[in-house]
Amino acid sequence: MTISIRSVEKKFGRYPALNHVNLEIADGELVALLGPSGSGKTTLLRTIAGLEFPDAGQVLFGGEDVTFASAAARRVGFVFQQYALFKHMTVARNIAFGLDVRKGADKPSKAEIAKRVDELLKLVELDGLGKRYPSQLSGGQRQRVALSRALAVQPSVLLLDEPFGALDATVRKSLRKELRRVHDATGVTTIFVTHDQEEALELADRVAILNAGQIEQIGTPDEVHDNPATPFVCGFVGEANRFEGTVSGKRFTAGPVVLPAPDAADGAAVAFVRPHDLVLDADGFSATVQRVVVQGPLANVDAVLPDGRHIEVLASRADAAQFTGEIKLSARRTHVFTA
Amino acid sequence: MASQTARARHPTEDPLWAKLVVLGLVLLFLGLVLVLPLVAVFAEALRKGVQPALDAINHPDAIAAIKLSLITAAITVPFNALFGLCAAWAIAKHHFPGKPLLITLIDLPFSVSPVVAGLMYVMVFGLQGWFGERLIDHDIKIIFAVPGIVLATIFVTFPFIARELIPLMQEQGVSEEEAAVSMGASGLYTFWRVTAPNVRWGLLYGVLLCNARAMGEFGAVSVVSGHIRGLTNTMPLHVEILYNEYDFVAAFAVAALLCLLAIVTLVLKGILEIAQPDVKRGGGH
Repeated sequence: MTISIRSVEKKFGRYPALNHVNLEIADGELVALLGPSGSGKTTLLRTIAGLEFPDAGQVLFGGEDVTFASAAARRVGFVFQQYALFKHMTVARNIAFGLDVRKGADKPSKAEIAKRVDELLKLVELDGLGKRYPSQLSGGQRQRVALSRALAVQPSVLLLDEPFGALDATVRKSLRKELRRVHDATGVTTIFVTHDQEEALELADRVAILNAGQIEQIGTPDEVHDNPATPFVCGFVGEANRFEGTVSGKRFTAGPVVLPAPDAADGAAVAFVRPHDLVLDADGFSATVQRVVVQGPLANVDAVLPDGRHIEVLASRADAAQFTGEIKLSARRTHVFTA
Repeated sequence: MASQTARARHPTEDPLWAKLVVLGLVLLFLGLVLVLPLVAVFAEALRKGVQPALDAINHPDAIAAIKLSLITAAITVPFNALFGLCAAWAIAKHHFPGKPLLITLIDLPFSVSPVVAGLMYVMVFGLQGWFGERLIDHDIKIIFAVPGIVLATIFVTFPFIARELIPLMQEQGVSEEEAAVSMGASGLYTFWRVTAPNVRWGLLYGVLLCNARAMGEFGAVSVVSGHIRGLTNTMPLHVEILYNEYDFVAAFAVAALLCLLAIVTLVLKGILEIAQPDVKRGGGH
């Protein structure tokens, strides 16, 4: 199911949650809505779900206007951050809920429902746990139940609101892989909200970065990481050293820091340099190493510039020994935004 | 050894003497204002033996009063359960203008003296009241009759169930309902299959409190009842009449029966709290 968001606006009281948002999602795509809290990402997801209705603009499913259609009419599968499982029902009854509520000819027989529940439990690797209650499951298991409950109705689109937010790091990682696997197996168009850039970049086909109710950039994980469209995206996606200075003659200068700026116009500017784009270079600007932290194969270097500001450098562990005392640095790659 | 244990006590734990003093004060206070009067009620009722007490309860007027109290509770409790559930559902799960006003209105019976509540009904439905003449024309009796007693009791006990459910439902949030609705469940189906099961223990707790108060309500009922023996006397009113007639044994016998009902309610409440430890906090599991 293709999804189009056209000029959607939404205010809560006077606070604009969504400000003229446009978004096109292709059939079968896995898209992440990434942004800090209060950026409007959850509101956008709920607007797509039909749990929230926009003040202006349109939501289209497969070319059909569903702006004010109910969530049920849109046939969305929604996974909530806190699972929202029905506590007094068994896992099987939870998953069957969307089929149980159907009426008349639409309603599958008991045997069909039971078969579907079993299939879904297998899909999320919870076979045999159908008779348990949600309180008897771990957080990760509960989220798998929530996922299969959302899939039971064979939704046109699967929507997940911070699906891994309440889980610990190991479970998050395995569930991420699981979501990707389930998405690939079912082919259902999937949109998920997250504030964790690592999660978005690892899992999604495309990432939409939201800030203050607007989409700053949408692109593949590589695009948004390597070619950020705005300073916000550059600062939010991936680590970056940020400098405020001026561009003149294709060179960016901020105090002692001099960086190449081949594409930037002259004037005041903001420059970002990823820690791994900083390299030792005898012709570069100087800095003094304060601390080197080795993390697995990498070395995290904290250095101080002559004007007292800190700068972060990421090097391979093998080179860690070279980062000592006074060093000279230059940037392989910079992102310069003229103000 | 003893001094060692004393030194090893928890940082926030008070010394033994302080604990004993505080505990002693609490027990003394409870004993004086709660246990002693309760014992006195039963002692007074049984002062001349069991038979006179049983006779007092078996008296036709007493039986009529017991019946009326039970009927009043039997109407009041389901009514308040239904409306308390509706009000809590509306307040906790929906946004609408005027919500703070509605919450204040639900609390009104707690802040208004029961006597005033009774007088309000007399003002509206009484002989000199707004609808008085019209009601007489149609031969409908509300004040000094059972309907008035039930109305006054409903008013006084209205907040018990709603107040129990509102915080519980607010804490549970709306995502389970949203999940149900997004899967195609209707509003009513969602209410019965998702919302109601989540608050059943809180509802039961509220029902117990409401029931206890409905049977024990005195002030408001006293104003609207008219104290007609065998007809419009509830148990608490009957106790007062017997007491005013210096029939102490009978008065305390009926009072003891009321106390027993209250104790049964408390025991049920206690069982509920042990069986469902988070009933006060919310959540069904």
